[in-house]
Amino acid sequence: MTGPVPWSDEVRAAGTYRSGTPANLADVLERVLDKGVVIAGDIQINLLDIELLTIKLRLLVASVDKAKEVGIDWWENEEALSSQARHKRITEENQRLRERVAELERGGAREPDGVGAERGGRE
Amino acid sequence: MNGTRTASYVYAVTRPFDEDRLTGARGVGGAPVRLVVQDGLAAAVSAVPLDEFDEDALAERLEDRAWLEATARAHHAVVDAVARSAVAMPLRLSTLYRDDDRVRAVLRGNRERFGAVLTRLDGRVEWGVKVYADPDRAAARPTPDEPRAPAGVGAGRAYLNRRREQRHGREDAWRAAAELARRLDERLRELAEAGERHRPQDGRLSGASGENVLNAAYLVARGGDGERFLRAVREFGRDLAAGVRVELSGPWAPYSFAGGAAAGAPDPVGPGEPA
Repeated sequence: MTGPVPWSDEVRAAGTYRSGTPANLADVLERVLDKGVVIAGDIQINLLDIELLTIKLRLLVASVDKAKEVGIDWWENEEALSSQARHKRITEENQRLRERVAELERGGAREPDGVGAERGGRE
Repeated sequence: MNGTRTASYVYAVTRPFDEDRLTGARGVGGAPVRLVVQDGLAAAVSAVPLDEFDEDALAERLEDRAWLEATARAHHAVVDAVARSAVAMPLRLSTLYRDDDRVRAVLRGNRERFGAVLTRLDGRVEWGVKVYADPDRAAARPTPDEPRAPAGVGAGRAYLNRRREQRHGREDAWRAAAELARRLDERLRELAEAGERHRPQDGRLSGASGENVLNAAYLVARGGDGERFLRAVREFGRDLAAGVRVELSGPWAPYSFAGGAAAGAPDPVGPGEPA
C-alpha cells in the first residue's frame, strides 16, 4: 500500500523539500492517535490504552532485543485482560514505560541505527 | 461469528458534498466510504465487521503493529480524501457506532458545536514543520578552512585538535538547531492562525536521522497566507548551519486544530477524555 497522496500537487511542490514521499508513519500515527476530535462512540477505547500504545511503539522500533532485555515483549504475549483490570494495570505500566523510555534515552541507546535505516528505507 | 454484523466507522465530520467524489475511496478493511448526512452536517463512514472491532478485539488489535499501521493509514487516507472535497473535522482512530442511525443522532446532537468547528477550519490546512539537529553529521563534516597542521607538529597534537573541532561541531549543531527552532516557531506563529507543538518524534519510529528538536503544526489559510507561510519555511531552510535540517510536511487535514486535545477546546461529547 502506498501512502496517502497530497491534496494538491502544486501546493505540495511549492513547499516540499522531499517530494513524492508518502506520509511518514510517525506523522500519521501522532495525528490519528493523539490529535483529531474525540467523540464518544458506541464502542469505547480507553485513551490510556492509546497513550500506552505510542510509548510501546517507540520501544518496539528501538530494538526488539533491547526491549526484551528490559522485560517488554508485549507483542508476543500480551494476555487478554478484562477492561476493569486493564485500567489499573495500564496506569502502572504507563509509569513504568515512561521511566524505561527516559532511561533508554539517557543511556544513549543509539546503536539500533541500522534498524532505523531498514525501517525508514529512505535517506 | 456472524460475518454480516457490522458497525459504522466514522472518519471525519464535514459538510455535505457530492458523494461521487468519494468513489474509489476505501476505508478500514477496504470497505467503500459513504456520507451520512444530517442537519447540514455529514459524516464520512464505512462499514467494519463488528467482531473485529468490539472492545476486546480492538484492544488486542491496537497492539498489533501491522494492523495498526494499515488501519491508521486507511483512516488517514479517508480523512485526506474528505479534506480535498470539503472542510474536514478529523476524528480520532476507531470512532465506532452501532449503525448509521446512531451516527445521525450524534450529528443531530452536536449540530452547533460541529458546525462551529467546521466554520473555523474552513479554507485552512495544517502544515507540519520539524527541525532536526544532526550532530554526527556536523562533526563528520570536514572543515575546509582549517589550516593544515604545520609540519613538525606531532600526530598526537593534530589528533587532539581534530577531536576538539568535532566536539565543537556537535555543540554548534545543537545550539544552532535549538536557536533556529525558537526563531522559526516564533515567525511561523505570526504567519499562521494557530500553532501547536507536538512531542518530538523518535527517529527510530520516523526513520529520520538526527534528533528532532521541533515538531510543530500550524493552521494556515489557503491562498496568500499559505504562500507567505511556505515562503518563510523555505527561507529558514536556506543557509542552515552544519548538522541542522528543516522539514515540511503537508498539507494535512487540520488534525491538530480540530479541538481534540487543545486547551480551550469544547468539551468532548460524553466520556472519553483521560482524567
